[in-house]
Amino acid sequence: MAFPILSVIVFTPIIAGMIILMMPGERKTEIRMVALAAAAFDLILSVWLYFAYDITAAGYQFQEMHSWLPSFGIGYHLGVDGISTPLILLTGVVMFTGVIVSQSISDRPREFFAFLFILATGVFGVFASLDLFLLFFFYEIAVFPMYLLISIWGWVKTREYAAMKLTLYLFIGSVIALIGALAMYWASGAHSFDLLVLEKAHFSTAFQNTWFMPVFMGFAILGAIFPFHNWSPDGHVAAPTAVSMFHAGVLMKLGAFAALRVGIMLMPQGAIYWKWVILGLAAVNIVYGAFIAMVQTDLKYVIGFSSVSHMGLVMIGFATLTRSGLIGSTVQMFSHGIMTALFFASVGMIYNQTHTREISRLGGFVKIMPFTAIAFIIGALVSMGMPGFSGFVAEFPIFMGLWQTAPIIAILSVISIIVTAAYMLLVIRRVFFGEMPEEFAGRMNDVSVMDKVALGLISILMVGIGLFPSLMVPMVSSGVDHILALLG
Amino acid sequence: MNFVASHLLTTILLFPIFSAVILLFLPKNETKLLRWTALVASLIPFGLSIWLWVSFQSGTPGFQFQEQYTWYAAIGSSFHLGVDGLSLTMVLLTTLLTPLAILASFSITDRVKPYMMLFLFLETGMLGVFLALDLLIFFLFWEIGLVPMYFLINQWGGENRNYASLKFLLYTMAGSLGLLLSIQLLGVLFQSYDLPLLYERWSSVQGSLLGLPVATVKTVAFWAFAIAFAIKVPIWPFHTWLPDAHTEAPTAGSMLLAGVLLKLGAYGFLRLVIPLYPVEAHRYAGILAFLAVMSIIFGAFASYGQDDFKRLVAYSSINHMGFVMLGVAVAARAAGTLDAHIAVDGAVLQMFNHGISAAAMFFLVGVIYERAHTRDLNAFGGLFPIVPVYGGILIFVSMASLGLPTLNGFVSEFLVVRGSWPIFPFLTALGMLGLLFTGAYILKGIKKILHGPMNEDWVGHLTDISTREILVVTPLMILFLVIGLWPAWILDVINKAVMVLF
Repeated sequence: MAFPILSVIVFTPIIAGMIILMMPGERKTEIRMVALAAAAFDLILSVWLYFAYDITAAGYQFQEMHSWLPSFGIGYHLGVDGISTPLILLTGVVMFTGVIVSQSISDRPREFFAFLFILATGVFGVFASLDLFLLFFFYEIAVFPMYLLISIWGWVKTREYAAMKLTLYLFIGSVIALIGALAMYWASGAHSFDLLVLEKAHFSTAFQNTWFMPVFMGFAILGAIFPFHNWSPDGHVAAPTAVSMFHAGVLMKLGAFAALRVGIMLMPQGAIYWKWVILGLAAVNIVYGAFIAMVQTDLKYVIGFSSVSHMGLVMIGFATLTRSGLIGSTVQMFSHGIMTALFFASVGMIYNQTHTREISRLGGFVKIMPFTAIAFIIGALVSMGMPGFSGFVAEFPIFMGLWQTAPIIAILSVISIIVTAAYMLLVIRRVFFGEMPEEFAGRMNDVSVMDKVALGLISILMVGIGLFPSLMVPMVSSGVDHILALLG
Repeated sequence: MNFVASHLLTTILLFPIFSAVILLFLPKNETKLLRWTALVASLIPFGLSIWLWVSFQSGTPGFQFQEQYTWYAAIGSSFHLGVDGLSLTMVLLTTLLTPLAILASFSITDRVKPYMMLFLFLETGMLGVFLALDLLIFFLFWEIGLVPMYFLINQWGGENRNYASLKFLLYTMAGSLGLLLSIQLLGVLFQSYDLPLLYERWSSVQGSLLGLPVATVKTVAFWAFAIAFAIKVPIWPFHTWLPDAHTEAPTAGSMLLAGVLLKLGAYGFLRLVIPLYPVEAHRYAGILAFLAVMSIIFGAFASYGQDDFKRLVAYSSINHMGFVMLGVAVAARAAGTLDAHIAVDGAVLQMFNHGISAAAMFFLVGVIYERAHTRDLNAFGGLFPIVPVYGGILIFVSMASLGLPTLNGFVSEFLVVRGSWPIFPFLTALGMLGLLFTGAYILKGIKKILHGPMNEDWVGHLTDISTREILVVTPLMILFLVIGLWPAWILDVINKAVMVLF
């Protein structure tokens, strides 16, 4: 029997979490070391998985199948394709960097890391699931710890409100999607939740047209699709740094990924039927999100709304249902994931010392933390889709896809690039350059070496993919071919 | 050496960026080491491009030294480089001006390391545009070059730098949105961004696109391209970012901004707009010519009206680039005729000439500003006795800028006017009026600084130009004379390329 690498990746975090819970709460250093070791282990495995994936063979690989609840047709079925492998790598990177920047958490680190790792298991699980029931199972595991993490360790002012809002939105979304999933289960007649079986179920067009929207939108809420986006910036702002990184970096991709895997891949006819609605909503995401980000005064809200805008690009790429659009969206999921993780990490590093995120009260931090400033600038260039960085590699094919389906939307959405450039440059100038306010002068320190490792790792990935798209695109492309085959 | 010889363009293109990475690991307080490393690092691409120039076969039509590597296979873009006479001239200009700009920056003491790194990044960005034979690679370098310039202005600029740098970047980026969309459209149509292939296929597209007649789509795409490049040149009325950016940029930044960055726009017209849209270019050449002449006239008038020395030189760039655009418009209207060849020869030579003379002018503005901390022309006066060497150099450079026969500017402006006269007689005549004022504003600058009653305040406060500074400007002055007296060495290369292209 082959080494069950996916199971190991999925369950390493939760096992580490249990070990951490059993350690005495006052041994904070040891707890952090265990957390870091587990995250590093998972990162190494996900890198290995990424390079071990056979692009020429394509399809679902590293499959593991065990019966679980055979009477209901539920199996423990894991496997990855060209779409989910990069996302598992993304989760590995965000988890590792998230743990690094959380080293400064001093309030109950034991429980914090335990919950964070339960969340990580849920996320890995969704990306690796090839069984619809299992996917929902992991999906709920990923959403639930979020509530605790925000309401206990979050920003005092809004954490209860934000945690409640986020949880309600996501649960409602997943319940709607679950109903759709059950409808598929009954309609297929195959008595199975297995995604590979359901892919071949050939649901009737009428069925797909009815049920596509509930399933897609139910998941897309987690991808912050307009008009269900406003839980997301509130959640980002209230969450502690590592949770914001997870939330924007990975959780939002979870929604988009599930919407693709369950919505578009199982009901391709429904996707074709409804694509104009999604194109329209996502275009609003892109443009409206960018404009709202521009007027924010809180640094974290700027990043939060920029995520709304960028996730719109992911959704719009899906909705083009074209080869280049889908490739772009998947790369965008990865690119936006690491970029926004970097943003939240940097904001956290500033906030830890200043205890404010009001842009007008910040300034001149380049002198204190030059490394953070450079990483943030690289992130901003990714964000504005500058060529040579991963954002361009992602956005350009999305727009090519749009040209093939809806040229007018391409022309409208492109405005967001210039708006993004404007607010990103203004934020950089106000936060990192200019005069440092009196109140911070003399009592600021540079970030730690480990923090620099985290920022450096992400920056290298963003530049690397930007300069050498072939590091990622062929793999994604092999996954997209399968989706196109389903679309017919 | 064999590797370099077979990958000459890639080496020239990427050497600056590798040097920048090396610079990153040098200690930040060793300013001397940093400066010299940057200078040497920028001299090597210059040496390589001389090698390129010498081994270039000007008689052979088409692109030479081509290199092609896979880049973004999924959307059909490859890393395709190559040069012809047109881009070769621009590569030489870029690699010549960068070391001079770095030498001119030896007086910078604030954060030398990032400053020098940004210059090297900028060099790669500019070279990439000239070397690219793939539309997406062209766009990549076109956009990426903005970033170092933004930070150079924003961090080392004058008082109003925040406004100027943001305006510079957003103006250019916004102008490029249409270009971006058109490039995407081309990519979707042909599944390739390779320029030689696009030249062939795009002009022969028939029928309808996106439910519209092809002619309509092409007209819109033509203007999208044209506006992006017109902003960069810049031609009136898209020029307003330029005086602000120049005024606030550090001296060396202005040298490269005027010397090379403005050429990117004109190069875009010659490399992309006219070959890709010959029909549209022919149809709208009159508008381009009109805007070019307006640039010549308004540039000259505006320049005459300035009291800030740097703004005066900045507006003079608009005036001079107007001649380049006039040559471009002639090529667009009358491609294939002798007039067009002469006009484009003139335009390309004018790009080179303006590159070196504007760089020299901005440098001299910087020299006096560093000493006097003002650029207000009214604050100077009668400085010739105090700074005689500087005065002599300033007059020489100004004469080149003015277009005095025996110096370089005359040759190129004469060619442009000779070429455009039969095609746009009225507009050319109107442009002559601008030429008159060119003389007026240049002489105004010289008079206000060097002649007239001596402003006693400066006695004992101003020192003459230093040896290092003379070293910066000497190669440029030699080139003025060489091109003015014997332009054949460069015109030959340009002309052979122009005969093939237009």
